Amino acid sequence: MKRLISFALAIIAFCALLAVGSSQLQKSQGASSSGTLTLYNWGDYIDPALLTKFQKQTGYKVQVETFDSNEAMFTKIQQGGTNYDLAVPSDYMIQKMHKAHLLVPLNYKRLHGFNHIDPHFRDQSFDPGNRYSVPYFWGTLGIIYNDQMVKASAVQHWRDLWSPKLRNNIMLVDSARDIMGMALITQGHSVNTTNVAQLEQAKLKLEGLMPNVKAVVADEIKMYMAQNEAAVAVTWSGEAAEMMANNSHLHYVVPTEGSNLWFDNLVIPKTAKHYKAIYAFLNFMLKPENAAQNAEYVGYATPNKAAKALLPKAVATDKQFYPSDSVINKLQVYADLGNRMVGIYNDKFLEFKMYHR
Amino acid sequence: MKKYNAFYSVPYVLWLLLFVIAPLLLIVYQSFFNINGQLTLSNYQTYFGSGTYLRMTFNSIWYAFIITLVTLLISYPTAYWLSQTRHKQLWLLLIILPTWINLLLKAYAFIGIFSQAGAANHFLEFIGLGSQQLLFTKTSFIFVAAYIEIPFMILPIFNAIDELNPSLINASRDLGATNWQTFSKVVFPLTLNGVKAGVQAVFIPSLSLFMLTRLIGGNKVITLGTAIEEHFLVTQNWGMGSTIGVVLIVAMVVIMFATGERRKKGGHRE
Repeated sequence: MKRLISFALAIIAFCALLAVGSSQLQKSQGASSSGTLTLYNWGDYIDPALLTKFQKQTGYKVQVETFDSNEAMFTKIQQGGTNYDLAVPSDYMIQKMHKAHLLVPLNYKRLHGFNHIDPHFRDQSFDPGNRYSVPYFWGTLGIIYNDQMVKASAVQHWRDLWSPKLRNNIMLVDSARDIMGMALITQGHSVNTTNVAQLEQAKLKLEGLMPNVKAVVADEIKMYMAQNEAAVAVTWSGEAAEMMANNSHLHYVVPTEGSNLWFDNLVIPKTAKHYKAIYAFLNFMLKPENAAQNAEYVGYATPNKAAKALLPKAVATDKQFYPSDSVINKLQVYADLGNRMVGIYNDKFLEFKMYHR
Repeated sequence: MKKYNAFYSVPYVLWLLLFVIAPLLLIVYQSFFNINGQLTLSNYQTYFGSGTYLRMTFNSIWYAFIITLVTLLISYPTAYWLSQTRHKQLWLLLIILPTWINLLLKAYAFIGIFSQAGAANHFLEFIGLGSQQLLFTKTSFIFVAAYIEIPFMILPIFNAIDELNPSLINASRDLGATNWQTFSKVVFPLTLNGVKAGVQAVFIPSLSLFMLTRLIGGNKVITLGTAIEEHFLVTQNWGMGSTIGVVLIVAMVVIMFATGERRKKGGHRE
């Protein structure tokens, strides 16, 4: 018993020591609760060096908290009890958050540098006039292939995936909207269709793809493709960039017939408190040199035109990640279709996954 | 005396009410609402009226059954052997050790082992079988699930066998029973409680495995757990997710009764 008590006391003492140490460290970094900006972001989605730089320039400390799905973020902000000052939802989620009255409009008098944003990426359907959101990164859905296993010419279009040559060699990302969207585009429909007959058709089309599907996976897809586990995968450009950094045989294609164009935008959620810090941060991130540095770190495409000009030529002219305007014009952005419709998309996708050859 | 007894049970009763009874009631309550928040029975209609969910239920039960069977076939002899060895505690520790490691880490380790360039394929090539597709197959899913569940099966069975009075076995032998007769008429019936506890500890969690179905099964094995995850996280159709949850709870109660035991013993999960 005595030993147990002394053991417990030792743990308490150790924890107290750690707590004091960490609060001392935070103090020495000049943090106080009023000068802290809480950024609710995707994991590893900002260059940490920029956060240090921001703190040095403005004195505001940035505390980053992360989420791994738009839906999880939505739930957390909606349920309250959080103090996020900025969040980074994707396109359709911005629309959904707006409908749920979770967003605070931007004050353009306090926002400087928005003119750096490429007009292509302003004024999107999910947020007309950018009343609520500042584009952070953008990207596409596309095909990534391994040039050791398949010829480039064999995987330029969505329909190529149905080729019998790719039997049991395709990995799909586990996302209903994206995979259903891919089938819808192949059949010439909109990725935002609310026509149930078209969705049923898309599901049947996908079931025809099943013999070629090796697996439907999430984040692990990056590791699998880097390890030559499959010849082809359908995934997002940002994920593709990461895979390509690990395996030089991988290449990314955005099918010219169309695909999804997605955005991750900075928004101010209802839970925000530190407006001075928020606008200081938004203005800081809009500065071309900072946006460029962030784009180089994260590897996604920046919507900041002036920042793109600062990127190394090889990156900025890379058609895989900065496709030509003619391709961009064919890309479709997801709209928020409402719970009922999203439910149908998911049910169809689930039925497809249940389908056995 | 009685008054004091009731007083001591307050923390547990509170815990039970707040974290067991209340969530259960909430799940049942949620299951009667559709996605628009209207009171309805439609979730149950969808569940029992659609081939998709019924097939998913069948899949879940079938896979849980196979996983339980595999673990039982491996665990019983192991537990029996363990009870006979000299360094029981050491072996037991080695068997329990993997349960201290996070499930996700173990799953990722298996991804490495089963991948195209992984250790398993190197071995197959070495013995001349050539490399095979191991990941994303039903076999690999069952293998990994069984690997993870085995300690929870071995522990209760081991405890039951260990408690067995050796003089009973000696008596059986003295009276002329063969090894098989001793096992089937004496050892097995007396350790049945351990087996039942083990089956409960393995079958019930196996019903709703969801992470492994994606990581190892590549979503080629779809169980009810997958559907619950999707309804809560993506579709945000909490009603439908809760309905599946209710069905699972009912299934678990049925299993508890079927494998019910008068005396509770054996290992428990963390």
